[in-house]
Amino acid sequence: MHLLEIKDLGIIFGGLQALNDLHLVVDDKEIVGLIGPNGAGKTTVFNLLTGVYPPSGGAIRLEGNSIIGKKPFQINRIGIARTFQNIRLFKYMSVADNIKLAMNHNMKYNVVSGMLRLPSFWREERAIDKKARELLKIFDMEELADQMASSLPYGQQRKLEILRALASNPKLLLLDEPAAGMNPTETRDLMEVIRRIRDRFNVAILLIEHDMSLVMNVCERLYVLDYGNLIAAGTPEQIRTDEKVIAAYLGK
Amino acid sequence: MGSIKKKTGLYYIVNTVLVALLFVILLVLINTGVINRYNTQILTFVCINIILAVSLNLVTGILGQLVLGHAGFMLVGAYASALFTKNIGLPLSVSFPISLMLGGLLAAAFGVIIGIPALRLKGDYLAIITLGFGEIIRVVSYNLEITNGAKALDGIKSLSSRQNPSPMFIYGYLTAAVIIVLLFTFGRSRHGRAVISIREDEIAAEAMGVNTVYYKLFAFVFAAFLAGIAGGLFAHNYGTIDPAKFDFNRSVEILIMVVLGGMGSITGSVISAGALTILSEKLREFSQYRMILYAVILILVMLFKPSGLMGRYEISIPGLMHRLVRKIRDRKKVAKTGEA
Repeated sequence: MHLLEIKDLGIIFGGLQALNDLHLVVDDKEIVGLIGPNGAGKTTVFNLLTGVYPPSGGAIRLEGNSIIGKKPFQINRIGIARTFQNIRLFKYMSVADNIKLAMNHNMKYNVVSGMLRLPSFWREERAIDKKARELLKIFDMEELADQMASSLPYGQQRKLEILRALASNPKLLLLDEPAAGMNPTETRDLMEVIRRIRDRFNVAILLIEHDMSLVMNVCERLYVLDYGNLIAAGTPEQIRTDEKVIAAYLGK
Repeated sequence: MGSIKKKTGLYYIVNTVLVALLFVILLVLINTGVINRYNTQILTFVCINIILAVSLNLVTGILGQLVLGHAGFMLVGAYASALFTKNIGLPLSVSFPISLMLGGLLAAAFGVIIGIPALRLKGDYLAIITLGFGEIIRVVSYNLEITNGAKALDGIKSLSSRQNPSPMFIYGYLTAAVIIVLLFTFGRSRHGRAVISIREDEIAAEAMGVNTVYYKLFAFVFAAFLAGIAGGLFAHNYGTIDPAKFDFNRSVEILIMVVLGGMGSITGSVISAGALTILSEKLREFSQYRMILYAVILILVMLFKPSGLMGRYEISIPGLMHRLVRKIRDRKKVAKTGEA
């Protein structure tokens, strides 16, 4: 059984077939890339996977269970977490609070114990504070824990968004253009980070990226979309020499 | 970690002592007649407005949804609690607290009924629909028999009397204090984080596992509940209520308090609610011009400090003292190194 299995997935916006008959699988601990020219439908795939849009047809299964019809917050809780193309942090919350928010649904105390500061509040809040700070240590960001998220530099914000997604304890992590706006050095760091995350958290990663050096280096398998259609799938070597892919990117 | 908890613990104690101290001072002044009956009533009104402002702040500042029908919930609470104490036949000291609770609960029920459809909308649309609901509540209460319509519901007994002017103030002050504490602790719990995350970015909050529909409704209904309690206090503080007291202007007045104090800052709401209430009561002779004064203040604040007086920050006396002590210590250190 695959971790994630997408079959015949399609969506129509008005008269536009934005995605057509997509087949895609991701296995445990795999790093898979989703590439394609602008407007190919990559982010649409993410939005379908996280329940933002209902698909017009097809099936999405996580560990064999269909996730179609579930709300975004329910999908997050069963194990798919994402980052966004244009960073969406909670800007006026502290760095630690951004992470704690993603761990929220693993906490149990109710509204009343929170308001009255009952022992369960202190116990769980102390535990989660420790966990959040440990998580920040992975990216050497523990000293930034009490700063506002908006005060971080761009690269750190990207990392924080990835950490926040990891904090919700996913089985599958979706990264939407993690290297966007990064310079070559930062991109090289990011490759290392992505591998480290996979090994440490045992998650599978599906990523959208335009930076070919990153995609070819990090991903074990690639899927290529063009105008909503899957035009190629395979290892980076196969994709590099695929004529359809070259035609889609460079034109014939 | 341990030190953080110790520090918050100390803050809690200092704040409690300060709030209790202010309470005792005001109480002594009232009972010795230094603050006369009229001014005591204004002080109670300040407490009521503080409750209204902080509860609207929960929705507008902390949840980030613009709501313009807060006076409608206040009306529900006011009538429910007034009718209860008038008709139940229990001694007022027993029926009054029950009636406040009842008013709050009924307002919360209206909050659920209105919130479920209305909270599907955002921004201006939510503002318009809540404005509409607020007006519907008012117009309906004009035409019901039980509310006595436009003739006003009077003869609502107050706990305060000529001999004993303080009970209404005690109720108002303690209720406001408890509500402020509860909202403050709520904002710093996992549920508060969820509500704030919706303000910051609803799409990201939903993607991170926050049930946004639930938390929006929760904050909205909780605010309605608190407005209902404030309504009950209001009715018994004045003795007479009619629907015109809870019109659109009242909602706007509460919103101005929130905006002026800073959206998301509870202490900001407390300060601006207190200042604006006292100001408008003291300017009663010029009451036609009151809205002009409000407008001028609002324009000035928006020009010079668009985030409101406090922005999103909270002010606390122990926090200020802590900073002051640190500053003095730093200055001493600088002086010492300067000498060396």
